[in-house]
Formats: sequence, structure tokens, C-alpha cells
Amino acid sequence: MSSQTAQPAMTDESLSPSSKSHGDSVFKGLSTGSGVLIVVILAAVAIFLIVQAAPALTHQDFPLGDGSNGGILSYVGPYLFGTLYSAVLALVLAVPIGVGIALFIALYAPRRFASGLGYVIDLLAAVPSVVYGLWGLQTLSLILQPVHRWLGDYLGFIPLFGGRVSGTGRSMLTAVVVLAVMVLPIITSMCREVFLQVPDRQIEASYALGATRWEMIRQVVFPYSQSGIISASMLALGRALGETMAVAMVLSAARVVNFSIITSTSSGTIASNIALSFPEATGLTRNLLIATGLVLFVITFVVNFISRWVVARRADFSGAN
Amino acid sequence: MAKRIELKKLNIHYGDFLAVKDVDMMIEPRSVTAFIGPSGCGKSTVLRSLNRMLEVTPGARVDGEVLLDNVNLYDKAVDPVRVRRQVGMVFQQPNPFPTMSIRENVLAGIQLNNKRMAHSEKEEVLERSLRSANLWNEVKDRLDRPGSSLSGGQQQRLCIARATAVQPEVLLMDEPCSALDPISTLAIEDLIQELKEDYTVVIVTHNMQQAARVSEKTGFFTINGTGMPGHLVEFDNTETIFSNPKEKQTEDYITGRFG
Amino acid sequence: MSNSTSQQLRQHEPAPTDLERLFSDSLTAARLPRFTSLGLLVLSFAVAALFDVITGHNGLARLAVIGVLLYLIVHFIVARAVEGGRPATDGLARDLVTLAFIVALIPLISLIFETLKQGLVRFDADYFTKSMWGVINTGGGAAHAIQGTLIVTALSTIISVPIGLFTAIYLVEYGHGRLSRAITLLVDVMTGIPSIVAGLFAYSLFVLIVGVAQARMGFTGAVSLCVLMIPYVVRSAEEMLSLVPNSLREASYALGVTKWLTIVRIVIPTALSGIVSGVVIAIARVIGETAPLLITAGFVNWKNPNPFSGEMTTLPVFVYNQVMVPGVPQQPFYDRAWTGALVLILIVMVLNLLGRFISARFSPKTKK
Repeated sequence: MSSQTAQPAMTDESLSPSSKSHGDSVFKGLSTGSGVLIVVILAAVAIFLIVQAAPALTHQDFPLGDGSNGGILSYVGPYLFGTLYSAVLALVLAVPIGVGIALFIALYAPRRFASGLGYVIDLLAAVPSVVYGLWGLQTLSLILQPVHRWLGDYLGFIPLFGGRVSGTGRSMLTAVVVLAVMVLPIITSMCREVFLQVPDRQIEASYALGATRWEMIRQVVFPYSQSGIISASMLALGRALGETMAVAMVLSAARVVNFSIITSTSSGTIASNIALSFPEATGLTRNLLIATGLVLFVITFVVNFISRWVVARRADFSGAN
Repeated sequence: MAKRIELKKLNIHYGDFLAVKDVDMMIEPRSVTAFIGPSGCGKSTVLRSLNRMLEVTPGARVDGEVLLDNVNLYDKAVDPVRVRRQVGMVFQQPNPFPTMSIRENVLAGIQLNNKRMAHSEKEEVLERSLRSANLWNEVKDRLDRPGSSLSGGQQQRLCIARATAVQPEVLLMDEPCSALDPISTLAIEDLIQELKEDYTVVIVTHNMQQAARVSEKTGFFTINGTGMPGHLVEFDNTETIFSNPKEKQTEDYITGRFG
Repeated sequence: MSNSTSQQLRQHEPAPTDLERLFSDSLTAARLPRFTSLGLLVLSFAVAALFDVITGHNGLARLAVIGVLLYLIVHFIVARAVEGGRPATDGLARDLVTLAFIVALIPLISLIFETLKQGLVRFDADYFTKSMWGVINTGGGAAHAIQGTLIVTALSTIISVPIGLFTAIYLVEYGHGRLSRAITLLVDVMTGIPSIVAGLFAYSLFVLIVGVAQARMGFTGAVSLCVLMIPYVVRSAEEMLSLVPNSLREASYALGVTKWLTIVRIVIPTALSGIVSGVVIAIARVIGETAPLLITAGFVNWKNPNPFSGEMTTLPVFVYNQVMVPGVPQQPFYDRAWTGALVLILIVMVLNLLGRFISARFSPKTKK
């Protein structure tokens, strides 16, 4: 800006250095200020959570429900388990299907339908989570209840399907299916982008060697998009970890560690526990719930960070030249 | 090895657009045939019809016959995957698989067709293919390095080794030197001379000197205006094409009076 | 066609001996007839139906699962026997990939169908004009919740858009150093904040400012939505601003226009449709948020037009409450919940379509 003042001005009064730099610096200040505000907001999120969580972090006397008392770690343990367990199971279900859909849209369906089909899947992302919760609770659980019974009857020897079968379908299984449906569009849209970026000449090279379409996908598309698929899965994991309403509404949750996904007592998640308990909570319990929120924040932060890191690293070994 | 290719009344459409019209041609085994002509004249399109790579492009359709030793490649019973196994292809841009090592690149085709090949046999194929691509001495000490670590010319020879590793009958080359420097180009041209001992080689080139240097037969394609189909003007011994062409269009192109 | 070519054609008549050699390394392969897949599919479902009749079971889901499994197995075996291993695997992959797409459509269709079927029961004038004040079971409406949603979303839009837009301007026009890289990273991090954590943040903030008793109000909810909305706005505005060609900026500088006037008069108007469309889609994403509003804005049965005092019901929280804490009989509560879900879906769809329409209709020609 100061260098511009040296240029000859055509009309001295309107282009005088002071008026010009004034407007510019105000505008630049506003822009920079907004950027800094984002940094401040994120710092504030962390600081306020820590401040509000602090009283609970040192307290060692929370009732754990089974008559004993304990600190925050003993309290949050089962919810942490429920959070990770439900999110990982949802991914196990959603990643193969999501990648399959992305393959279908990017490489199998005719090109002119591709964007339309992609939009159909994106519709899943537009549905509010409370609607998923409602649907999971009142529709899906009824549809899946016979599946629970079948799994319990025939595969009950596997711990995953052990225990007393839920009579309502309000189980971890139903919650996991809802979560999987919710994260599906994230995986699909990102994988689709990556698959479409595979250079045509790599695809042609594989076909020219006499590969079938599936062999071409394994030889070229998967190696090329490996990091993209991982990163999409991590993003979806982050979303599944933080998802609140669907789990809160579908599960009849308890503070337990239960590996079976078809019983009516399921492990609650951190987020759903906050949603269910917070409106009624007072005093130290409220601090405790905020502390569990802090735990959730840290976990999702780490997961999202890993996802970005995988994407950033990708440039190093994609070999695109 | 090495088969004869015969084109009969070949017409190629992209959707409603007729891209190539009425091509008849006979390509002899163990020879080098060059396709020359201005951009957009359909020479690459014709080349890609010879191993059914055209159908990778959506909307492309082929009428007429391409006979590989008297079997029509466009017969209903013919499997395009098997065609490409016998008719190898080298592309304009060197395209080694970026995620594979040099060794894996050469063996990529074997991996698809014959997974149970013994290790020693694979090593044999590896060395034979790299030697026949004049690349063995340069890479034998770093076979596990990524294929993309090589120079452009080496990458292109790696792609040739990859194509010959499955011992095809025919080798198609789509402007294989257009992305390379003059020295690498010379190396590839020498290699083409050796490859014709074993394969039927068809090469598309923009470079007339190159066609004159490497080929026995030359086909000149042209196009009479935008929106018009490309067609074969003249197909004859390379010497005849370059010294004594029968068609005026060919002569104009050869002598640079084209367009 | 030249004479020399036709002469050559005549010289090389096909030699009959070639035929035998060709079959050994044949190009041709046995292939399944064209409609095999369809036939096998019909057959598989017929067998599955027969199986159901014999064993005395019924149910569409069961039939579909057995039919599809049967089809996949039979198709693979038949293809393997006729075409060989590699084409059979290729066919199986195609079947599975197509199946994945169809499987994903099932929840979408079921969800839309149920929402329409159960949501239309209470999709009436009362629903949009009455609150739940004094309602014990039937009747009542969600007018207070719809009003709350509009107020909270409007407030958060008013706060988020300037911050998001100016941040995007900073990133595209001014920032090149460490700060801009840090901001880009933090915007990414913000995108991943779980919505309930955003709610906890806003709540903690207002507990410190106005105390526990007053913290739950519409404005707290709006602030929590801002945390979720700002990164969307930054991302889309940043993308749109960087699509504006540099030549336009240079042309403006060459006329002696200052940088900020160039941004205001040239850059933003060029990118405006994209920015507006991004904002509309960002609104669509936060308007259905439930978890943060549940703990920040709270729930009451009456209209509260003041976002700075007292709890304020929003539509998603209303849906949650109707279904989780129903009275007796339950059905009127469930009906209101489904109608709320239908209204939410409609709002989100309309906003999404509007966003797409704006970007398609008003995008300047300079955009690629």
C-alpha cells in the first residue's frame, strides 16, 4: 500500500494517500480480525470446556450406579467403550457399502447418470439426525427385530450375538445400522471424487494388458485411492463418534460394557449420554457431563487430524507426475 | 508369434459422429507399419480399434471387420479382454503404474493371466522383457524402486517391457515418442527395429522422419474438413509413400504443402 | 481407397490352416447369453418364494435376502463354469457393486415413505398456527417450535455469515503466511467438532457470562449453531472467491481502484451467487441440528419470541421431545413428531434445491 502512494495520482484530493489506506486498512483489519476470531473461537471452545469440566476432573466420588463411587475415568469408561464400539461397527458396515456405491457411480454406471445417482445418495446426508433417530426408533427397530431373533438363534455362540435378544429391536445393532446409513454419504462422495481422479492413462494401461474391469480396479484404482479411502473412513468415523441423536433415541442405553449387539441393555455413548442427562443435570453432575464432552472433543480431534494427515501425506506416494 | 491384421470396411462412430470411414488395409506379421496424417484424422482411433481399447471410451462404435489371422475381433463371441492380452499397446504418455515397483510393473500382465507362475520363471520373464526393451542394464540393480522413479524415456521402455512380458502377437504404439527427448526417441526407434523380429508392430506418429526411419509400410490418413470423417488416403511401402506417392493429397502432406 | 491396398487384399486369401492355431490361443470365449442375469434373478426369487411357502415363513425382507444371496451364488457358479474364473469374478464384483447401491436406496425410500405416511396425519393448519400451550394429548401444534427454529437459525446466520465471509476474504485476498495456514487448519478442525460439543461450549460460555439460571436461551442456541455454521461458510466462500480469475482483479487495479474496493465491487459480485448458494446450503445443514439446541435452547410448550430470555423450543427438539417423553395416549405425540420430521425434511430439501438453483441460475459466465 505504501508503495502505491509513490505512484502519480490523477486527482489529488480523492486519491490522497490517507483516504486510500484508510479504507484498505479497515477492510484488511476486518478480514484479519475474522480470521483471528476463528482461532479465538476454537481456543474458547477448548478453554471453556476445560474450565467447566475442571471441578469434575479431580472429584473422585461420582455414584457409578452399582453402589460404588469413582472418579471421571471410571465414570466415562463404559461410555467411551460404547462410543468407540458403535462407531467402529458402523464403519465396518458402511465402508464396504460406501466404497461399493462409489465404484458403481464412478466406474460402472453410465457417465451421464453419474451425477444424478450421486445426488440420490447425497439426499441421505440432508436428512436431519433427529429424523434418523425417529425412523430408527419407530420403523427400523421393528423391521430389524426378527433379524435380532435370527442372529440370536443361529449365531448366538458368537459373543457379538450372544445374550438375551431384545424384544423391541432397540439395540446396538439398530443404532449401528442407523449410524452406518448416516455416514454412508460421507464415504461415498469422497471416494467417488477420488475414483474419478484416477488418471485415464493408468486405467488404459491396465485394460491394454488384458485386465477385466474388476482386475483394473484392483490393479490401478484401489492402489491409487488407498489414502483417499482411508481418509474418507476416518472422516466418517469422526462423524459417527460425535453423532448424538440417533443413538440417544434408538438405544435403551446403560452405563455398561456389553459386546453383544442384540440385547436390550446396550452401552450408551458419550454424546447420547450428554443429550439424555444434561437437561436434568445440576451442579457437579453437569461439570462431569461437560468433562465427558471434553473427552469426546479430544477423540474426534485426533481422528480428524489423522484423516487430514493421511490426505496431506498422499501427495508423497501417489506418484502422479 | 506375430499375427497378420486385416481391416475390412472399418467405420468408427462416436455417438452419431462418423469419425473414421471405410478403411481397408492389410498389415503383415513381423513388420513395422506406420500411420501418419494430420491431427484429428482418425489414425489413433483406428489404432485403438485394433485391440478394442475404443470401447473404453463411452459411445464409440465399430462397424466392419478387424481380422487377426482371420478371426474378426468384433465378432460377438470374441472377448475384448482376451484380445488385449494378444494385442499389446504402448501409449503416448509413459504410464507405468505409479504404486508399483519396476519389477511389479513388468510382471503386471503376468499377474493377471498366470498367477501360479513359479518364481524362477517370473524372474526369467522379467529379465527377458527388460532386455528386449533395452532397459535391463540400466535398472537391474534397482528392480524394487518405483517405476515412476525412472526418466521419461526409461519409463516408456518400461511400458514396452510391460507390454511384451505377456508375449503378445501384435504391439500397437500410439505416438510413443511424442513426450520424449531426441536421445530417448532414438533409443525407442532402435528398439522398434528389434521388436519387429518377434512382433507385428503398428505405430502412429506425427513425425514423418520417424515413419520413414522405422517402418516398412506407411498408411496416410487425412480428413477433408472439420466434421468430416477421417479416411485412409494411401497405403503402400514406406519408400513409395515418401518418394513416389500415387495420391496428390499424400504428396502435399509429405512435402509440407498440406493445409 | 487406393489401388495398391486392394491389390494387397487380394494377395492374401485366408489360409485354412490358420483356423486351428487360432482356437488354441483363442480370442473367443464362451459367454453367457445376454439375459442370463435377469433369468437367474427371476429364478432365484422364484426358488426363494417356493422355499418360503414350503417352510411356512413369509415376509418381504426374508424373501429379498434369500433371493439375492441365491442369485449371487448361482450366477457366480454358472459364470465360472461357462466363462471361467476371471470373468466370473468380474461379474460377481459388478453384481456386488450394484447391490451396494440398491441396498443404500432401501433406508432412503423407507425413511421418506414413513415420514410421508405418518407425517401427513397432522400436516394441517393447526400444526402451523398453534403451540402446545395447555395441550394434554390431541390437538396442538408446533408453531412455537417453528418460530423458535426460525429465530435461532436467523440469529446464527446473521453472526456466521460476516465472520465466515471476512475470514474467506482474508484467506483468499490477504493471507499467505502462518496465520492463514493456521486458520485453514482450524476451519478443518471446526468442521469435525461434534455438534453436542458445540452445544456444551455455548452453554459453558453463557454460564460464565449470565449465570446458570439464565444460560439456557435462544441466543445460546444460536451461538452453538455458529460454531457449526462458520466453517461451512468459510469453506464455500473461500472456494467461490478463489474461482474469480486474477485477470479481473488486475484489470481493476490497473484502473487505479484500491484493493478493498476491488474486492467489494469486483470480486464479491462475481462470486456472489456461489457465496449465497453456499450460505443457503450451510443453513440447511444446521437447521436440523438437535443435540446442541437440546442443551442450550431448552424446551417449553409456549411461544417465546425473545431469544435473550427464557428457554426457546426449536423444531428438532420438539420432535425429540414428542417422541421421547410422550403423554398418554402416545399416538398424538408420535403423530406430531412425524409431522415435525416431515416439515424438517421439507425445509432442508427446499433450502438445498434453492442453493443449487441460485448457483446454477445466477452464476457468472467467468466461472469454469
